[in-house]
Amino acid sequence: MTDWLFLAEVCLAGIGAGALYALTGVAFVLIYKATRVVNLAIGEILMLGGYAFLGFAAGWGLPAWAALPLAVLCGGLFGAVVERTLIRPMLGESPISVFMVTVGLGSMLVGAVELGWGADPLRLPEFVPNRPVFIGEAYLAPKVAYGFVAASLVIAAFVLAFRFSRSGVALRATAGDQGAAYSVGIDVPRVFSLAWTAACATAAGAGVLVGSIGGISPTMGVFGLSVLVVVIVGGLDSIMGALVGGLLVGLIEALAGAFLGGEYKLLATFGLLILILMLRPYGLFGTHEIERL
Amino acid sequence: MAEDLVLEVNNIEVVYNRTIQVLRGLSLRVPRGAIVALLGSNGAGKSTTLKAVSRLLPLEDGEITAGQVAFEGEDIGQITPHALVRRGLFHVMEGRRVFEDLTVEENLTAATFALSGRGVPPTPFDLVYSYFPRLYERRKGLAGYLSGGEQQMLAIGRALIAQPKLMLLDEPSLGLSPKLVEEIFSIIARINAEQGVSMLLVEQNAAVAFAVASYGYILETGKVVIDGPTERLVRDQDVREFYLGLGGSGAARKSYREVKHYKRRKRWLS
Ligand SMILES: Nc1ncnc2c1ncn2[C@@H]1O[C@H](COP(=O)(O)OP(=O)(O)O)[C@@H](O)[C@H]1O
Ligand SMILES: [Mg+2]
Repeated sequence: MTDWLFLAEVCLAGIGAGALYALTGVAFVLIYKATRVVNLAIGEILMLGGYAFLGFAAGWGLPAWAALPLAVLCGGLFGAVVERTLIRPMLGESPISVFMVTVGLGSMLVGAVELGWGADPLRLPEFVPNRPVFIGEAYLAPKVAYGFVAASLVIAAFVLAFRFSRSGVALRATAGDQGAAYSVGIDVPRVFSLAWTAACATAAGAGVLVGSIGGISPTMGVFGLSVLVVVIVGGLDSIMGALVGGLLVGLIEALAGAFLGGEYKLLATFGLLILILMLRPYGLFGTHEIERL
Repeated sequence: MAEDLVLEVNNIEVVYNRTIQVLRGLSLRVPRGAIVALLGSNGAGKSTTLKAVSRLLPLEDGEITAGQVAFEGEDIGQITPHALVRRGLFHVMEGRRVFEDLTVEENLTAATFALSGRGVPPTPFDLVYSYFPRLYERRKGLAGYLSGGEQQMLAIGRALIAQPKLMLLDEPSLGLSPKLVEEIFSIIARINAEQGVSMLLVEQNAAVAFAVASYGYILETGKVVIDGPTERLVRDQDVREFYLGLGGSGAARKSYREVKHYKRRKRWLS
């Protein structure tokens, strides 16, 4: 009986972590859909969000309700600047070059954060209520629970905007056929900018949630590695895929970590990746062939 | 300048990938309110001409290296494509290019971006549905599941939403049954008359193009070889033979270029 309870708790924790994967995955997919850029810096942008929050909350002494939106805003601003100055001038270059630019961007962010805050892991100020959460009898760490709720709300907002808003139509039209999007009067560069801004803001917000659970460090960008698996499993251009992939990877990592040991987490994740790619080269929900990199 | 021109293309040259020259000093004009046909065989440079006008050329690594394009009397050499659409120049691209993952309605919504900053009231979708009732029945369905004819209707429908002054139409007859071609061309003629939209119509099917156009240009390897009012073109012996499939001189299967080449040489020799 206790074993079942343990299993339930592990699964809940996995789903909680998976929601954060899914959220970051959505950010990744947003950029890929609009601009066809594989943004490998997504994990580092997430990290940037965590440090920005720390800066506002601990450095400036702002309350969490102000520091969180400011961190998100920083992420969005960063995304807009990166799109305008690094990505847009590379329009038409080979996907590999753009991909490499994002890799470089990631390392630069790590360097900048180390310069500013040092290489040691840091804790974020507590801002989530820490009354224990029980679902049935299963215990769930409150931070994970609140992270799950926040991620779900943001993802739901994205899905709705994507389906029903005019900007969502512009984004999907651009993703489907860029030339045709221009031809009907859509300001395609603006769509690019919007996608990068929204995605990086989201990643920064996810960084605050991730950091509130496990603390922040210049290496927390490796979170992006799991997110990469998430979106490859789900399909690079599918929001739905990011959701399912996120939960799947979260669950598998939690199960592998609990029953096999922490060192098996990544192994299990990449095992899943290979399995899915063998069965479905476009990922579970993807429509485009994943370009060979 | 007595004549009121919507579009004036002056001696343009177009190069793809900085190497392949496709247009070599092409000029044409579209008077306001008219339908002008641009004809020519496959690869002559018709689509390239339209892309040069609508400024979609850079997306395919093409570039205008000489000449000018003026829309409503203004040089449009530096304008972004979406800004040009918002000024009233709409390009219905070859192959229809509907957004397949979007519904019919969403395709029309996408075209409403053409009205951004124009200060005009939004076009009711009913305008599109009144010309193309079949689209109304399928408005909630994905555009990718429409038939070829319906997709062409949607492509023209998007243009209607944009309230353009000039429509560039690239082979609207492509791949459609003769009956559908007739239907679509009669609607094109109605749109021209009722909405006051000037049109530059690219076709390989010269017969249907001549049925609606008042003036025609015939293009070969990036240059205009013949032009004139359609009533004159339809009487032209070469045009009858090689574009209308009439005249029956037995040479009907030979390409126009071959024969012209032969004629040119003959002229040169004599
Ligand atoms: N994107 C491109 N890159 C290089 N060459 C092109 C491109 N598009 C068209 N061409 C070439 O330009 C010529 C004219 O093409 P196009 O304008 O599409 O002809 P048409 O529409 O009259 O059939 C063709 O020889 C074609 O191969
Ligand atoms: Mg063509």
